[in-house]
Amino acid sequence: MNWWSRLLGKRQMEDELRTELEFHLERQGWDNVRAGMSEEEARLAARVKFGGLEQVKEDCRDARGTGWVESTVRDIRFAIRTLRKSPLFTAIAILTLGLGIGANAAIFQLLDAVRLRSLPVANPQTLVAVQINGGNRGFGISRGNLALLTYPLWEQIRLHQRSLSDVFAWASADFGLSRGSQVRQVRGLWVSGKMFPTLGVIPAKGRLINAQDDHPNCGQGVVLSYGFWRSEFGGQDSAIGSKLLIEDHPLEVIGVTPPGFFGLEVGRNFDVAVQFCSEDDRLTRRDLFWLNVMGRLKPHGTLRQASAELDSLSPGVVDATMPEGYSSSALDTYRNFRLAVLPAGNGVSSLRETYDTSLGLLLGITGLVLLMACANLANLMLARASTRQREMALRLALGASRWRLIRQLLSESLLLAWGGAVLGMALAGVFSRSLVRLLHREGDLLDLQLSADWRVLAFTGVVAVLTCVVFGLAPAFRSSRMEPGVALKSGSRGMTAGPERFSFQRLLVISQIAVSLLLLVGALLFVRSFWNLMAVDPGFRKDGILIAFLDIGRLHLPQERFEPFKRDLLKQVRSVPQVESAATATHVPFDGSWTSGVSVEGSEGSSKFTWVSPAYFETMQIPLIVGRDFNDRDTAASPRVAIVSESFVRTFLGRTNPIGKVIRTAPEPNFPAAVYEIVGIAKDTKYADLREGTPPPESYAPESQYPAGGPWMAVFIRSSSPLAAVTEAVRERVAGVNSNIAMEFHVLQKQIEDGLLRERMMALLSAFFGALAALLAMIGLYGVISYVVAMRRNEIGIRRALGASPGNVVGMILRQTLVLLALGVAGGVTLSLATTRGASSLLFGLQANDPLTLAGASAFLIAVALIASFLPAHRASRVDPMEALRYD
Amino acid sequence: MDSQKSDIPQGTLDLLILKVAALGPIHGYAIAQRLQQISRDVLQVQQGSLYPALHRLENKKFLAAEWKLSETGREAKFYQLTAKGRRQLDSETKSWNRLTEAIGLVLELSQGDAS
Repeated sequence: MNWWSRLLGKRQMEDELRTELEFHLERQGWDNVRAGMSEEEARLAARVKFGGLEQVKEDCRDARGTGWVESTVRDIRFAIRTLRKSPLFTAIAILTLGLGIGANAAIFQLLDAVRLRSLPVANPQTLVAVQINGGNRGFGISRGNLALLTYPLWEQIRLHQRSLSDVFAWASADFGLSRGSQVRQVRGLWVSGKMFPTLGVIPAKGRLINAQDDHPNCGQGVVLSYGFWRSEFGGQDSAIGSKLLIEDHPLEVIGVTPPGFFGLEVGRNFDVAVQFCSEDDRLTRRDLFWLNVMGRLKPHGTLRQASAELDSLSPGVVDATMPEGYSSSALDTYRNFRLAVLPAGNGVSSLRETYDTSLGLLLGITGLVLLMACANLANLMLARASTRQREMALRLALGASRWRLIRQLLSESLLLAWGGAVLGMALAGVFSRSLVRLLHREGDLLDLQLSADWRVLAFTGVVAVLTCVVFGLAPAFRSSRMEPGVALKSGSRGMTAGPERFSFQRLLVISQIAVSLLLLVGALLFVRSFWNLMAVDPGFRKDGILIAFLDIGRLHLPQERFEPFKRDLLKQVRSVPQVESAATATHVPFDGSWTSGVSVEGSEGSSKFTWVSPAYFETMQIPLIVGRDFNDRDTAASPRVAIVSESFVRTFLGRTNPIGKVIRTAPEPNFPAAVYEIVGIAKDTKYADLREGTPPPESYAPESQYPAGGPWMAVFIRSSSPLAAVTEAVRERVAGVNSNIAMEFHVLQKQIEDGLLRERMMALLSAFFGALAALLAMIGLYGVISYVVAMRRNEIGIRRALGASPGNVVGMILRQTLVLLALGVAGGVTLSLATTRGASSLLFGLQANDPLTLAGASAFLIAVALIASFLPAHRASRVDPMEALRYD
Repeated sequence: MDSQKSDIPQGTLDLLILKVAALGPIHGYAIAQRLQQISRDVLQVQQGSLYPALHRLENKKFLAAEWKLSETGREAKFYQLTAKGRRQLDSETKSWNRLTEAIGLVLELSQGDAS
């Protein structure tokens, strides 16, 4: 029999062992009888000669080599039995641990997906990005905050750089995919030929775009992402070779990328990838920053060498791509651009920039919560260990080794840790999915690869084991260190309990109170900060505003028909019954920005520029302070006029009357220098974001005078009807004009709220964790006070017998709580003052050391703490003195 | 009489068991009796400690066990030396002989010195 079958055939082994030893005793007995003893004597003598039967059995089991497994199994069985006997304790322990571990694993999963994990490509560590050092400083037009270079700059880099072995360019874009008469948006990727080969992406089907394709001809082939291939083509091989109509180009599907490849932008998956297309005027534009350029370091090259080479190439590259139509000061900015090389192995992500600090902070918060959960468990275990002191003493006295006792307590806590870890892993999935849902914005799919990979498992495992060691070993050592005699004698017989007996527990509770105060202060800071942001008045109407983006590009109208067509369309929208007011504008609040250099009355500067139709101010309910609104007499042919913001007046005109003053704008491509006469002043509105202190100077001009009009328009619609109904009515009306007009609708309020996602997430999560921490601290405090009360039962009984009133008893116990609370709150306030400054960049409208917040959190904590300790104190005061004295 | 009995030296019980089992299949009680008889009652074997040793040797595959009818008509567990056990017995016997020889030499030598 081998080791394993011996373990399994345990019962048979036991039978055999018994029979073997019985046989021995029987034979010895016979021999003794033969030597002349009576039967009774003979049996006794045989037993005496043999020695301790049970001990021999145990030694035989050990000799079989399965003893440790058997005793472990016994330990675990025993642990399960003990835990089942106190279901409340077990439930609280596993739940707190599960919540702590689950929250940690979830935040870690998110942090890992957004920040830590390398791109799913070959050798991500040698992947680098080429960028303009310090960004383009607002020069030209930027498509999103991740677009860093123009196409002409990319061509120059490709031609001249030598320090990188392969370079490629890519850009994210939304493409219109036509299916019959329907057009829908898909997430697209522009790529240069070397992208897939350089990244080492192996096609799942067909082939990928490669270096031979590297001539920007349009309409060649399209590569699908694995997910898109599955959803759109059902994962059929026949997809290869079929045609897709993308942006009116019929493209042949040539291949599919592998399942794990999501592109280079973390948090944004792609559906289709195509080559740069030469018909696109963006390939020649020198003022449009829309590309990312990446490459690989040469085998022995370093980041520093590559960066130095590109820096030295910069003047030549810049000279060869100098944009036209800009003022000389703007061109000076361009002339000073220097290229640099940065590591790119983790890909790029706007998520990362937005959520880096928040996620780090959240991980810190959840770490503290887990720590508190552990402290709580340590406390619970200590209290249990103390009440089981007599049991332990009895076991020691009966000959159990200290090691056995430690093992037994340890297996109890390991079992709890294991239960907590399993629950935590289950909760982690739920938590992280809800988190992603929380971060999801309208029309912007958040695609994070949130797999429970080995790192999350390892993280959770380590947390669980550490937890177990922390809270399991301390009580185990403590309870096994005592002298059995002393423990048996004192037991719960002591009249009063010495204070040093639970000093460790007190310390734990004090630190729990301190940490939970810190978490409450953090929660309050984030919640108030979010409220402050929600209460900010942006200067325009937020609710009841619908924005309709209308694209008439597929009507293929001649350029000169754009403006009349758009004017008619606006009229149509205005005629919808639910629409109370409608206007167009070239800028949607908090989305993008258009800045122009201006000269006013001799002072130079810059101003935001927005072109709006008449009735824009009425629609958005921005009050005009002086002057007139635009009207239909402001046409492309009439003199150029402008309405400026208060901030504009303050910046450029001071106290002089602005009406009739002249604004001269600096030239830019498509926007030649122009002269505007100021005809009105509008109240300030927030321009880029709600957090803006004073808005930048802003100028409005009539949309009829917009020099760069295209086949698209943004219509702002105000209505007091439900916006979903308005959307349907407008959609119907516009489709009635022409069914080929592409439409997209956004609710302004929702968009603004989406802009506060991070703040909302921080407020929600920190409030949740703050409450959890407070709850944990309460449980801890309740446990300790109950324990103290139990230990002092006799003393309380004597006091009551000697005439103390229930009130006296409650007071006596609450005084103890107050000492703990005072120390904990003092520690918590100190801790908060020292650490919350790290969160100040995430706060709005209040300081990190806001006294009101500190006081509020402390007051709340003190109130609940007093309730938590009043319950056991009250129970203690009800103790019948006689019963307490007789007890034990 | 008690003073003439000796506890067996540490670690030699295994060697003695192997030697006794080498004579043919034998059960635990008989091994205990045999050890006592052969050593003319000088060696004091704690009977209880015999069984863990038997199980250990079986575990190491030096002994093979089999349930057979004993001379009294009851089933008993009989132990028998395996090929592996025989090799072990040989090497243990040799090293025991070397050890006792060496110890004997040292004792004789020091006696010589003392005289």
